[in-house]
Amino acid sequence: MSQTPKIKIRNLYKIFGPAPEKVLDQVRAGLSKDALLAQTNHVLGINNVSIDIPPHGLQVIMGLSGSGKSTLIRHINRLIDPTAGEIVIDGEDVLRMSETRLRDLRRFTTSMVFQKFGLLPHRKILQNVAYGLLVQGKSTQEAEARAREWIARVGLDGYENHYPAQLSGGMQQRVGLARALATDADILLMDEAFSALDPLIRTEMQGILLELQKELHKTIVFITHDLDEALRLGDNIAILRDGAVIQQGSAQDIVLAPADAYIRDFIKDINRGRVLRLGALVKGPAPEAPVLPDDTMLADALMTLSEAPQQRVAVADKAGKVIGGVDLKTAIRAIHA
Amino acid sequence: MDFLTTFPSMGRADLAALRRGIDASFRDFSREWGEAIEAFFHPLLRFLVWFDNLLLNTPWPIILGVIGLLVWAGSRSWLMTLGAVAAFFAIGYFGMWRDTMSTLAIISVATILCIAIGIPLGILMARSNRAQSIITPVLDVMQTIPSFVYLIPVVMLLGIGRVPGLIAVCIYALPPIVRLTNLGIRLVDRDVLEAATAFGASSWQKLWGVQIPLALPNIFAGINQTIMMALAMVVIASMIGVQGLGVPVLRAISNQYLALGVMNGLAIVVLAIIFDRVSQRYGQRLQAHRKGQNQ
Repeated sequence: MSQTPKIKIRNLYKIFGPAPEKVLDQVRAGLSKDALLAQTNHVLGINNVSIDIPPHGLQVIMGLSGSGKSTLIRHINRLIDPTAGEIVIDGEDVLRMSETRLRDLRRFTTSMVFQKFGLLPHRKILQNVAYGLLVQGKSTQEAEARAREWIARVGLDGYENHYPAQLSGGMQQRVGLARALATDADILLMDEAFSALDPLIRTEMQGILLELQKELHKTIVFITHDLDEALRLGDNIAILRDGAVIQQGSAQDIVLAPADAYIRDFIKDINRGRVLRLGALVKGPAPEAPVLPDDTMLADALMTLSEAPQQRVAVADKAGKVIGGVDLKTAIRAIHA
Repeated sequence: MDFLTTFPSMGRADLAALRRGIDASFRDFSREWGEAIEAFFHPLLRFLVWFDNLLLNTPWPIILGVIGLLVWAGSRSWLMTLGAVAAFFAIGYFGMWRDTMSTLAIISVATILCIAIGIPLGILMARSNRAQSIITPVLDVMQTIPSFVYLIPVVMLLGIGRVPGLIAVCIYALPPIVRLTNLGIRLVDRDVLEAATAFGASSWQKLWGVQIPLALPNIFAGINQTIMMALAMVVIASMIGVQGLGVPVLRAISNQYLALGVMNGLAIVVLAIIFDRVSQRYGQRLQAHRKGQNQ
């Protein structure tokens, strides 16, 4: 990887049980999760996970329930201590941090959005959004002024003096998002942030997140069990099963080259036309016209393709340079593979 | 056969010697330390006497006004305020004003004392499982041991009077507030607490900003129970020289004065109801945020 990663996770293990250190070597030697539970009554949470998360990117960590994804994200700000391994943020080892340094990391460098929102029920929306700033030690006045800005940014003007219980789930999670963004932390940890919301609201929240990210360029770690969500949001996706990463890559990498049958099964029902982009299919010569950018989704390119001469289009990279051509047949095959 | 029908007990003489030994050493202890302990509790006595005199020497209309104000501040209900003032007026009209004021004084001081001791103790219990496992059995003993049993050492140490009475009331009334503070803090939603941790809140910030505010309904239930139990001790406390509504009740028992007993008993009930309703209303008002939960 060319960039220095913002967050570097190396050989991370987490074993739950009475004496995790004792069984660590067995796990390292390859004892499976089920065997570990049967033989030693320990639960394998995270199994040798290594992920580099570049700055300003949106890293999705996907897995079904019990795959260890929520455990993994809690290691980044050390809400959970690992059994073994290394977590480095901005070049600093999180595991060696003192209590005070760790608190500062949580106050200033990371912020978090939770599946169940985690709002303070006894405080109004304004005080909830200001919470991180107040914990940082900002004056009430300053914290509330910044909180008001963020409440407006997530579209909740007028709700400052409501209590969380008076808002719908989607609105509560906007509060959660505003609270996390208000602290101005570089790293945003989102633990199944949209999973509790109904599908329409979820799509809307994804839109809000992408919109904000275009401008804020945070380093986002997003946990989800929903593949469509993962493919829509992630610059980079890591798929987790039984605590281990089984594939890492961009949405297209995963859809075009699934690592194993498990992932193949996973991606069976997704809308490939909305994941694959022209750039991945370039083959053969390019016609003069029409020219489409390489990040055009196949679903959007089909119309142009079908009307182009010889049903072929030229594909240009971000700089506008033509890198090759794609024909309609290839595109349709890719969608229906 | 003899072994099965007679329980293998300690010999009568040995047992008597043991009891005498314990009594004697406690007597020695109280002779040695009685004065020091009395001196320790002296400020409490002075406060109690001062408060008692304050209530007794203030003109009754002012007391009625203050009671009305307090009830209104707690309940925000005109009906309740009016009811409380009328009830106190009736108590005074039936000649129980002085005793009621004395009872009010000792109940107030006992409640303040229990809150001051009980809430920190409850917080300690919530934060440490070890503290919980030590304190819980002590609370069990305090709640179940017959009051007369702990009156004996207290009277031996401090004699008869207000302070031993106050201590007896507190021993009986302290457990609920400790238990409910502990419970309330332990019941705080883990997700909310985790969120506070994730934003870098220190344990002090978590305690005051999250745990105690969210535990308040339970803490208030504890205060309410403490007041109720303190009132229940009024008659027993009067046996060791505490002035108040318990004294006429005690006299009524020994002389079979039905009306006197019922009247003073009812006055205690009225106090209990007013304390209970007002503190419950206040507890409910603290939970404004729970309104609209089901929208």
